[in-house]
Amino acid sequence: MTMTDKLKSLCRFFFGDSARAFGSVSLILLVLLAVSPAKDHFSQWRHYQKQYLHLIRGRADAVTLERHYEGGIQQIWIPEQQVTDRCTTCHLGLKEASLTDVNAVAFRKHPVMPHSLTEFGCTTCHRGQGAATTVEEAHNATEQWEQPLLPAKYIEAGCGQCHLEKQIATPFLNQGRQLISSYGCTRCHTIKRGDGTYIQPEDDPPSLKHIADKTTREWVYAWIKDPQAYAITATMPNYHFSDDDARYVSAFILAQSTPLEPPLQAVSAKPNPDPAAGTSLYGQSFCASCHAMQNAAGMMVGGNVGPELTGIGTKAKPEWIADWVANPSHYDSATMMPHYRFDPTQVATLAGFLESKTEPDFVANVHLDAATSLQIERGKRLVMENGCASCHEINGIKKPENFAPELSRIGSKPISQLLFVGGVEHTLPAYVAAKVRNPRSFGAALKMPQFPFTPQQVDAVTTALLAQTDRAATQPAAMRIASVEQSKYEPAGHAGQLMHDLRCFSCHMINGHGGDMAPDLTWEGTAVTREWLVQFLKNPETLRPALIRRMPKFNLSDADINTLADYMMTVYQTPQFDRDSLPASELTPAMVEQGRELFYSKFACQSCHIADYARDKGYIGPALAGTGKRFNAAWIYHWLKDPQSLRPGTIEPNQHMTDEEAHSLTAFLMSLRSTGAKEVAKK
Amino acid sequence: MKRALIVLCVATLCALTLLTGACSRKSKQPAPLQATATGATIVESSGGKQIGYIGMPLDQPVVVQVNDASGGAVTGAAVYFRGSSGVMFAPASALTDSSGQVTTTVSLGQQAGRYRVVASARDASGKRIEVTLDEIALGYQQTLGAQLNAQYCIRCHDSESSSLRVSNMDNLSVKPHAFTEGDILNKMSDADLVAIISHGGPALNKSAEMPPWGYTLSKSDIAALVAYIRAVADPPYGAGGLVYAQK
Repeated sequence: MTMTDKLKSLCRFFFGDSARAFGSVSLILLVLLAVSPAKDHFSQWRHYQKQYLHLIRGRADAVTLERHYEGGIQQIWIPEQQVTDRCTTCHLGLKEASLTDVNAVAFRKHPVMPHSLTEFGCTTCHRGQGAATTVEEAHNATEQWEQPLLPAKYIEAGCGQCHLEKQIATPFLNQGRQLISSYGCTRCHTIKRGDGTYIQPEDDPPSLKHIADKTTREWVYAWIKDPQAYAITATMPNYHFSDDDARYVSAFILAQSTPLEPPLQAVSAKPNPDPAAGTSLYGQSFCASCHAMQNAAGMMVGGNVGPELTGIGTKAKPEWIADWVANPSHYDSATMMPHYRFDPTQVATLAGFLESKTEPDFVANVHLDAATSLQIERGKRLVMENGCASCHEINGIKKPENFAPELSRIGSKPISQLLFVGGVEHTLPAYVAAKVRNPRSFGAALKMPQFPFTPQQVDAVTTALLAQTDRAATQPAAMRIASVEQSKYEPAGHAGQLMHDLRCFSCHMINGHGGDMAPDLTWEGTAVTREWLVQFLKNPETLRPALIRRMPKFNLSDADINTLADYMMTVYQTPQFDRDSLPASELTPAMVEQGRELFYSKFACQSCHIADYARDKGYIGPALAGTGKRFNAAWIYHWLKDPQSLRPGTIEPNQHMTDEEAHSLTAFLMSLRSTGAKEVAKK
Repeated sequence: MKRALIVLCVATLCALTLLTGACSRKSKQPAPLQATATGATIVESSGGKQIGYIGMPLDQPVVVQVNDASGGAVTGAAVYFRGSSGVMFAPASALTDSSGQVTTTVSLGQQAGRYRVVASARDASGKRIEVTLDEIALGYQQTLGAQLNAQYCIRCHDSESSSLRVSNMDNLSVKPHAFTEGDILNKMSDADLVAIISHGGPALNKSAEMPPWGYTLSKSDIAALVAYIRAVADPPYGAGGLVYAQK
């Protein structure tokens, strides 16, 4: 019998006459109709619900848990946030406080979180496919959907979609955003936030327009070959230049440089002043507040606001160092470094000290012949191809526009648009992390340089980038919490010019503009007395013995000090109260004694403050031994009542004092008029 | 008809083989190492009891050392790492180096809690020798607590100074407890800890040098601090908490 005959007989059997045909068709229909309910009956989520019921029925609080339980497909639907999440169909115990000890992740209570499930859903933070009802489709990337769950280490990317501000609970997101700013990622990549603002680079890399005044071609060559070899904290990335390329680039960089106007003064060749005096002036001027330097023991000491100075004598020419120490604004008008007003002897002393800080090894093996015009031309091409002018000002080269891909929505980029290389998992987070970690692993010809990020910093930057999603860009504005941007505040007049020249705003914040290295001075005029302010500007005393960062001493003239003091006393006043509203006559000796008692026993202020240098040791808060000379009583009183209302974020705890207690403590503190045993020795 | 059945059976068998093949590929073990030596003991060199974050690699690598019976380092012994669910190692196995050590980077799982890391090797008789380390993963709430601790608590509660912060502990007449002191802090209930943080030491008849934070920090901040204190306790805090993250 052939195959055709077989088929024919089979057809005859099923559809031979109308009765048979009817029967067969009915049977097929019945089977087809049963497919859907059967699929539903044997579906994965029913299996999970059965398991969950089995679990809770074995527990002591079974009755309560069963009352909370609802079978069938569950869904959190928040149309305005594009949330349709069926995760709670299987994740049944998320809201059950008693289920913290369950081993199965699916049924465990959700860990403490700042938002409610009902208001935000699941996929807003965790991603994945909210509408899916199988484990595979909900959690992993499938052919139809390609939004897998976000790995837990990047979970703060979820927060970053709405929270543009710095939040204490999201350290990695904050760090990632900070790194994107401080390493200048946005000088090449545009990153627009959900609210339409842009992530801005933190500061301006040095201009190269007068670079030949500052350093040599040999140093530039060694630097661009490996910036971190000079200073481990260098933010300049490594472009992996070949020896020839570095030769060309350094030739061009030096050739384009023009002399500074007015030109640098040649330094006299007189012998180096006393090195001990240099060390001591470096210390007294608190250079280490901002600059790090390796000490004799090989330890790096100092801050990272300014560049590391261990090899400054190898990097910079003597006449440049002297000019910079005398007035940094001459070479770089945008520098954060204050104009110290050193006298000529001090300039020579400090410059001599810095010149002696050399690292000859850094340039020891660099031997360059004189640059040829061909080299310079090739260097210029390399500088343009690598986008050096995105960061540095360079004569004759314009800042390139749209030099690198925009990253505003990188966190939602479809995987189909990504080109993966071997060894990288096919997910967006893995792709972004690999790019940040080692950009050239995606091809040696790629332009993006190698940044000196640690593995932990790579994850932080990846977290910040993954927060740049479609959801972040398109959600309702009411969902967003804006970042706190620096204000454009600039003080006016002669005092304003002085404050700019002294770079007060590099460390102090006033009216929302400035740094966070030193106290906010917005209401300093209410807080302190004029006499104290004048004395402090003349010769800053040590207020916080435990701090490494200190207010430096500027050689200010009496006239300048008066200008600054007048301005601050007049302008920087709080509208909350009058600084003279608590006259000394209201503070009686009896109150002083009562205040002393409160200070040392009830509130134990001596744990953090020093009222008496002979007795107290606490050094978390400022020393208070000279409070009566420094502060106005009204400020002290209001500070004691509610410190955070005068300076948001201060760590001084609000002790919830009664008015009487605050008055007594104020009386005691105002009676402290010591000049301070630890005051910086006067010359 | 028979032939059709045979075809069907063969097809099913093929499918099954393929399926099991796929499954076994998923759970494939790393190729066994060719050990050139065996030791008598395996000990921790460094990297235990670190405080990390969920899903993240720990700051410091875990280093273990294989020693012979007389305590000398053994080179070329095969060390395998395993851990509670979600812990990942890079590498998961290696031969000890010239100083008898194996170094691995450990990434913790996705749940907050304590993770157990076991490094194992075999001695000359083929018996398994092991060393066990504990690592801590902080989740959202504990991370918030850790941040608040760094801002408000650490300068008195930690005796260590760093380049940015000088410890104030020695300046206090009553020494505060480090948050890792589980043998003391584990005995205090959550309510006691909340009370002492909110209202200061005198709330529990303790030193007034511990100020009240209840008017400065929110309730959820204080709960986060308690969660952090519980997470880092040594010995571990048992009650109610997740002791070891497991499958």
